[in-house]
Amino acid sequence: MSAASTTGFSARPSGRASTFWSRLRSGDEIAYILTLVCALSILAITALLVFELYKNSTDPRHKFGWTFLTTSVWDPVAGQFGALPFIYGTVMTSALALLIAIPLGVGAAIFLAELAPAKISNALTFLIELLAAVPSVIFGVLGIFVLIPFLQKVAPAIKAVLGWSPLFSGPFYGVSMLSAGVVLSIMIIPFIISISREVIMAVPNEQREGALSLGATRWETTWDVVLPYARTGIMGSIFLALARSLGETMAVTMVIGNTPQIRASLFAPGYSIAAVIANEFTEATGQLFQGALIELGLVLFGLTIVINGLARLLVLGATRKGTRVA
Amino acid sequence: MTRRIAILNALLAAAVTGAWAQQVLINAGGATFPYPMYSKWFSEYKKSFPNIQINYQSQGSGFGIQQVTAGTVDFGASDGPMTDEQMKTFQDKRGSAILHFPTVLGAVVPAYNIPGVTATLNFTPAALAGIYLGKITKWNDPAIAGANKGVNLPGNDVIVVHRSDGSGTTYVWVDFLSKVSPEWAKGPGKNTSVNWPVGLGGKGNEGVSGSLKQTPNSIGYVELAYAIQNKMAYGKVQNAAGEFVQASLASVTAAAAAVKDMPDDFRVSITNAPGKGVYPISSFTWLLVPSKIQDPNKRKAIKDFLAWMLTDGQKMTEALLYAPLPKSVVDKEKKAMDKIQ
Repeated sequence: MSAASTTGFSARPSGRASTFWSRLRSGDEIAYILTLVCALSILAITALLVFELYKNSTDPRHKFGWTFLTTSVWDPVAGQFGALPFIYGTVMTSALALLIAIPLGVGAAIFLAELAPAKISNALTFLIELLAAVPSVIFGVLGIFVLIPFLQKVAPAIKAVLGWSPLFSGPFYGVSMLSAGVVLSIMIIPFIISISREVIMAVPNEQREGALSLGATRWETTWDVVLPYARTGIMGSIFLALARSLGETMAVTMVIGNTPQIRASLFAPGYSIAAVIANEFTEATGQLFQGALIELGLVLFGLTIVINGLARLLVLGATRKGTRVA
Repeated sequence: MTRRIAILNALLAAAVTGAWAQQVLINAGGATFPYPMYSKWFSEYKKSFPNIQINYQSQGSGFGIQQVTAGTVDFGASDGPMTDEQMKTFQDKRGSAILHFPTVLGAVVPAYNIPGVTATLNFTPAALAGIYLGKITKWNDPAIAGANKGVNLPGNDVIVVHRSDGSGTTYVWVDFLSKVSPEWAKGPGKNTSVNWPVGLGGKGNEGVSGSLKQTPNSIGYVELAYAIQNKMAYGKVQNAAGEFVQASLASVTAAAAAVKDMPDDFRVSITNAPGKGVYPISSFTWLLVPSKIQDPNKRKAIKDFLAWMLTDGQKMTEALLYAPLPKSVVDKEKKAMDKIQ
């Protein structure tokens, strides 16, 4: 992989012959320090973010402790705050979004990179990258005015077929976790397609030629050789998509129904962490209420780390088991 | 010697006139509900007094209260009056009191979408509280049907829609429900956002109206001006005198005029106000002005603006669908302005 080869010689410039000053003059040392500062600043921003979130959520942390994560009452009047429905809504909608977006996105990327004529591939890729730049509020508006009326039409059909499952029980009002998941999937597909396509195209042609010369069909080459080679990169695109869907605010709040409850049914309205922060922060009065919203930010941060960590472990396991070509 | 004094005098005069012509920049922020009105006022005021620039950030009432307490804005604005606790915090932090000045009036109306029903529905306070508590679940419930004789109400489930974002609109709505229903007062209570027993949350007036449009048999609450501008169907609400009144600028102003003993700090709720012709879900919106303003230029500019707002400014309200203040309140506010020092 190209990424692996660059990290191969990223060690600090050294060599006994050159002194610090000569290295400084030749620019190596300056480049080293400059890039180091850039890298450290990312670390500093993250640390500062966590510190501020932690410091400003003192009141609810002391009052509720860990029960903040396990209770589901959100009552600003009585000063009772529990994050569970928001955590549930965030995880459910993101999971649904990935479930829809991964097969569609990776499938489209394979077609664009391996099978489509170059002209069509380039034109489509341009459109997809355009899609990635559309502001999320636009997706939210389309969600309200186009997607929800459409889902209202197909919901009875879904219920007729899958109504036995708790996932599709209960009445469908339009705004729901299902709508939020679908809108999110549309928003993250461009990320998956665009990056996965690049990664698949970066697979060296020798790999394909090798497989073809051994008698593999075009699809066998793609499925058994190209994709495993590009697997890490494709996973990277999925992580990016996941991060975007976990933190998405505007589009989600417009279609999710904003009701802090835990229901198995995707037809039921829910609420997500980012949405409740955006909704309530401006009018939040009192230290405890504000602190609780800030603590939700901290929870979202933690949730992202946990989910990313789990996903990485999953990938690690998968790549160990599979044929590791890279 | 005399010449020297003359020069000194001239210099002093120059300094004073310089101060007069000086640009005064005033920062303010808070409530979003009156923002269209404030924005119009501030721009009109600047046309008449070009040296005074008022910047207003409409980021919510909570923001207004917080920022004026922190001293990062010169005055704040809020749709709900500050609580005693918040006023004490201000007093402790700044060493002086905060003053409330009502600016305009707004109202919140129950809007609905029931296929086949074109008549304007009548809502009793008990019906509205019952619907929002989740006790009344069908449109043909006697509590609703009883006040709407002759209207063919369907037996469908009532789908309740409320605001999901913290807002002054919600505050006025639940303030009314708290007054008319002891069960509401004990349960969800009143705040800019509450723990709703039932319903779907829509973000902003547009989120609520969007849900109403797409969901048959739904009910929600929106700002009166928003309902008029978007031609939404909204019902009449029974007032304390027993009449069913449709919200209008006149019936909202009547609610403010009905307050007999206006407190000196103007922190008064006018929901469920007594008297005839009063629309019961009405409210003031306030400017929050510190009683002590150090900078004399700013102090003068803010007092001048308040005086202008209470006279010329009030004439501009109806064009933007805000109800003007009744004369009694304007007179009382003019006196209260002396407290700003």
